[in-house]
Amino acid sequence: MSALPSSVRMIFRALILALLAFAIFGPLLNLLLWAFAERWYFPNKLPLEFGLTYWYRVFQPRGNALASLGTSVWIAVLTVAFSLAVAIPAGYALARLKLPWRGAILLVFLLPQAVPNLPVYVNIAQVFYQIGLNGTILGVVLVHASHGLVLAVWIASAAFASVDTSLEEASRNLGASPWTCFRTVTLPLAMPGLIASAIFVFLESLDEFTGTYFVGVPDVTTLPLLMFNATMGGNYQISSITALLLLIPSIGFMLVVERFLKADVLAMVGR
Amino acid sequence: MPSYLSIEALTVSYGGPPVLDRVSLDVERGEMVALLGSSGCGKTTLLRAIAGFVIPDSGMILIEGRDIAHLPPEARGTAMMFQSYALWPHMSVADNIGYGLRMRSWKKDAIAERIEEMLKLLQLEGFGSRSVTQLSGGQRQRVALGRALAVSPHVLLLDEPMSNLDYKVRLELRHELRALQQRIGITAVYVTHDREEALTLSDRIAVIDTGRIVQTGAPEEIFHRPTSAFVAGFMGADNALDLILTGDGAFATGAATAGGSRVRAHFRSDAARLAPASAAASTGEDLVLQGIVAQSVYVGQGYRYRVRADGAEVWVHAPERVAEGTPACVVVPRTALLLFPQDSKPA
Repeated sequence: MSALPSSVRMIFRALILALLAFAIFGPLLNLLLWAFAERWYFPNKLPLEFGLTYWYRVFQPRGNALASLGTSVWIAVLTVAFSLAVAIPAGYALARLKLPWRGAILLVFLLPQAVPNLPVYVNIAQVFYQIGLNGTILGVVLVHASHGLVLAVWIASAAFASVDTSLEEASRNLGASPWTCFRTVTLPLAMPGLIASAIFVFLESLDEFTGTYFVGVPDVTTLPLLMFNATMGGNYQISSITALLLLIPSIGFMLVVERFLKADVLAMVGR
Repeated sequence: MPSYLSIEALTVSYGGPPVLDRVSLDVERGEMVALLGSSGCGKTTLLRAIAGFVIPDSGMILIEGRDIAHLPPEARGTAMMFQSYALWPHMSVADNIGYGLRMRSWKKDAIAERIEEMLKLLQLEGFGSRSVTQLSGGQRQRVALGRALAVSPHVLLLDEPMSNLDYKVRLELRHELRALQQRIGITAVYVTHDREEALTLSDRIAVIDTGRIVQTGAPEEIFHRPTSAFVAGFMGADNALDLILTGDGAFATGAATAGGSRVRAHFRSDAARLAPASAAASTGEDLVLQGIVAQSVYVGQGYRYRVRADGAEVWVHAPERVAEGTPACVVVPRTALLLFPQDSKPA
């Protein structure tokens, strides 16, 4: 490289950057075009007509989009609540108590991610069908939680581990019972990490498709399922608009997470 | 009358060899006792056992005659100052200081009043609403002290609270802490590995070595009359020689002399003199070692010389400059020698 003149090197670098930018933003640009396209068919390179007709259709009171957005958010909130309810005690125990099988327990939470999804979901769907959980919000929440828990437990455990034990000792020393100490010192100090894990679980649930498809359909329709149906029906406008809607919380929360997830917490993940 | 805080035959082992081995210590009301020892000797474990963070295998910890050895930390009425300060970063200075009072269900205005009192005591007026993360090391130290003192603890426990501070701040705080402790008349146990700190701060010092208290006494006593070679070495008399004490009260080094009793002699480098090489021999008054200056170190107030003499190496303090390699003799007054039986453990 050093033998090349600097101008050539500059061009080379610019080219690589442009390719990278295209790989990331190209599909998004296409999404944007489709979201505002009124008429667009082959062989035209660009839409023939732009407009907001499909946006009206998505947001009209009778439209499914708002209803499924509501369902998606509700499921995500329940998934977060369920995951945190498990992750807070589990994460604390993993971080603080000298559990003999710590590594193994952390791995167990990783399993749902490691095993191929489809066979698992097919099985879950069958079991849920037998116990009447298929097509219920609770069923979908449980499937989402199986995914969310790994993030929630790992991050919560890291968040608790990054709280200096002497801070807890100081609290006990000044008269706090174990529970009061946890409530007034440990939990507030672990909170940024817990919020970050809640956001990850929320986003994971919002985007989840496969599990919802097997367990929820046809009674539970989330935004990703709506998008799937729209795409399968050839309605690219509706699916693009839905995709854009799904992007909003993802990008927004990512900015928040970036502020909350400090290096000292990240350093403890998986320890 | 029994002591205010009394530790009786306390043994702690974390499932292995004992970290504390039948340790007994009495602390009177209003007294400041320093636990002095090198790292890993068990001094912090003893402090943590008093605070309730370490459960002893056996033995008792009595405060005014009541055994607290098996109470949880929150029921002991001790207050600890941690080496890392352990201030809660999510609380203001005032909330940190008021925490123990809230745990004791004090009324709001009583807490506020007490916080003000503490801030004034520690010269932190106006800092109440600050976040503890904005404070300097010395200020954090004061907040940690205020938080501990606010609850009027039975015993104040200090775990090397100065070790993270600059030398200058440390000196200041040391005197402040001592003055404050005497003014309030609080009973305190202070853990340190710094002998100067122990000497200047405490009423009594307990020297700890591998899980046992090897000597307890007033600072002057520990400094001038150590009862073992270990304590002598730890208190700065780190020159050690094997000597033979002959019948007529004179000394001899090495195996040259038959008869007499063998002793281990310790002396401080500033208690000895460096003299020009001469044929002078040891007398009843002085021990004279013939040797050669092996190394010289400038220490601000004069020089420290490593002198190789009669098969041993000793450090000597002298005001004047002497070149390395110069033959010289080391003169130690008889009174500066601390003698121990030879089987006693070296430092």
